[in-house]
Amino acid sequence: MKPAIEVAGLSVHYGEVRALDDVSLRVSPGRVTGLIGMNGSGKSTLFKSIMGVIRPDRGSVLVAGATPAAARRRGLVGYVPQSEDVDRAFPVSVRDVAMMGRYGRLGFTRRARPQDRAAVARALDRVGLAEYADRQIGQLSGGQAKRVFLARGIAQDARILLLDEPFAGVDKRSEATIVRLLRELAAEGRTVLVSTHDLHALPRLADEAVVLLRRVVFHGTVSGALRPETLAPAFGVDVLAPERAA
Amino acid sequence: MSILELVLEPLRYGFMVRALATTVTAAVVCALLSCWLVLIGWSLMGDAVSHAVLPGVVIAYIVGVPFAVGALVSGALAVALIGAIRDASRVKEDAAIGIVFTTLFALGLVLISVTPSQTDLNHIVFGNVLGVSAADVVQIVVLAAVALAALVVKRRDLTLYAFDPTHAHAIGIDPKRLGALLLGLLALTSVVASQVVGVILVVAMLIVPGATAYLLTDRFGRMLLIAPAMSALCAVVGIYLSYWLDASSGGLVVVVQGAVFGLVFLLGPRHGVAGRRLTRPRRRPAGTSPEEAAA
Ligand SMILES: Nc1ncnc2c1ncn2[C@@H]1O[C@H](COP(=O)(O)OP(=O)(O)OP(=O)(O)O)[C@@H](O)[C@H]1O
Ligand SMILES: [Mg+2]
Repeated sequence: MKPAIEVAGLSVHYGEVRALDDVSLRVSPGRVTGLIGMNGSGKSTLFKSIMGVIRPDRGSVLVAGATPAAARRRGLVGYVPQSEDVDRAFPVSVRDVAMMGRYGRLGFTRRARPQDRAAVARALDRVGLAEYADRQIGQLSGGQAKRVFLARGIAQDARILLLDEPFAGVDKRSEATIVRLLRELAAEGRTVLVSTHDLHALPRLADEAVVLLRRVVFHGTVSGALRPETLAPAFGVDVLAPERAA
Repeated sequence: MSILELVLEPLRYGFMVRALATTVTAAVVCALLSCWLVLIGWSLMGDAVSHAVLPGVVIAYIVGVPFAVGALVSGALAVALIGAIRDASRVKEDAAIGIVFTTLFALGLVLISVTPSQTDLNHIVFGNVLGVSAADVVQIVVLAAVALAALVVKRRDLTLYAFDPTHAHAIGIDPKRLGALLLGLLALTSVVASQVVGVILVVAMLIVPGATAYLLTDRFGRMLLIAPAMSALCAVVGIYLSYWLDASSGGLVVVVQGAVFGLVFLLGPRHGVAGRRLTRPRRRPAGTSPEEAAA
C-alpha cells in the first residue's frame, strides 16, 4: 500500500544538538502506528518535521505523496500537541478550539458556516464532549483536554493525525476512550501516528510500532518493539532493571 | 458646581473635544490589540516596538512623509534586529529587546535634539493630547480606523496564532505572516497612541486593558468588548481629571487605567484575589472539575 507518510534520510539539528539523525520511515494509512522513545529521543521533532514546522538539514518528507506544504494547504494533517505546548488558561472554549480545525477551509475572516458548526458539533459528540462545548479549556481534566484537540482534528477531517503523547497525565478511562477513537479513525482509512511513553497501552493501541532514538531503532510489530533487546538500547537499562539504576 | 457642569464645561473648548476624541480613539484600538499581546506574552515586545518607532517618526517628520510610514519602517527594523541578535548570539531575547529598543529610542531623542522646531516631536515623546490640531485628529482617526479594521477582520486568525501557531501552520495558515501583521499593527497603533500619551507611556495602553479584561472573563470574545470599553472610559475620566486638576493628561489616563486594573485584581469576581478566596472550592477528588464534584 502507498505510504501516507514517507520520511527519507531526515536529519535535524537544534544548534549543536542533533535531534534526528538519518531517519527513514514509512507510515501506512488505515493503521495506528505507535512511536516510542525516551525523553529527548526526537519524537516531537519528527512530528514537527512531518508538518514542516522545522526545516530539516538533510532528507525529505512526503505526505500523501506530496510535499508537506502541499499537504498543509489541503488540510491533510491534524496535530494534537503535547500538553506542555498548550496554554490551558487561554480564554477559548472547547467549541472554539474544535472550530479552529475548520479554519483552513473557511474564507478570509474565518467566519463559520452552518456546515462548519455541524461538523464541530459532530466532532465534539464523537469524542464525548458535546456537553462541555461552552467550557473554557482550562476547566477540563487532562484527558478531556486531549480529546478537545482530537475533536479539532476530526472537525478538520484530517486524513493524517499526529498525536504527541496523548496519554500523558490521562487516567485509564480517558485513555481507553482515546484508544477506541483512534482505532475507529484508523478503521476509516486515516493514518494515525501516536507518540507515547505508555508501553502498557501499546498492544491495545497500535498495529505497528516505531522505536526512536534520534534514529529509527526498530520498526515492526508491537510485540517486536516491546522485546527487551529492542527496548534496552532505546530506553537505557533503567526500564528493565530499575533497581540497578541506584 | 453640579456634576453636569463638571462634565459640560470642558466641552466648550475645541481642544478638549479634540483631546477626548483622540484619546478615546487611541484607547479603543490599543485596548483591542492588547488582548492579543497579553495572551501571546508580547508585553515586552509592545514596549520595544512602541519605543522603537521614535527615530522613524522623527525622520518621517524631517523628510515630510506620514509618521506612520516612518513608524512602520523603524518598528520593522527593531523586530529584525531583535531577532538577529537573539538567533545569532548567546544573548537571550529579553536582553536583545532591551538593547534594541533603548538604542533606537535614544537615537530618536538625539535626532529630535538636532532637528529645528522640535516642539511637535517632543510632544511625541511625552504626549500632548491637549494640543492636538484638527489635522492631527484626522491622521489619528485614519490610522486607528485602519488598525481597527484589520484587527476586527483578522481577529479569528490572530487568536489562532496566539493560541496554537503550530496548528495554524499545520492547516496552511502561515503563522509568520500573522505575527508580522500583529507587529505592523503594533507599530501603527504606537503612532496613534504616542500622540496622546507619548511614546513613553504607550506600552501601558497596550498592556493594561487586555490584562484587566483577562482577569474578568474566560471568553476571548468578551475580552474584545471589555478591554476597549474599559479603556475608553478610563481615557475619558483621565482627560477630565487632567482638566480639573490641571495635571498631565497622558499620565492621568494611564494612572486611571492602572487603578482600574488594581481594583479588578483585588476585587474581581473571577480571578481577583478576594474573589478567588471567596469562591475557592473545597477539597475535591483529583481529576474532577468543580461541576462534576458537585453533581
Ligand atoms: N527548540 C529547541 N531548541 C533546542 N533544542 C531542542 C529544541 N527542541 C528540542 N530540542 C532538543 O532536541 C532533542 C529532541 O527533542 P524532542 O522534543 O523532539 O524529543 P521528544 O522525544 O519529543 O521528547 P519528550 O518525550 O520529552 O517530549 C532533545 O535533545 C531536545 O533537548
Ligand atoms: Mg516531545
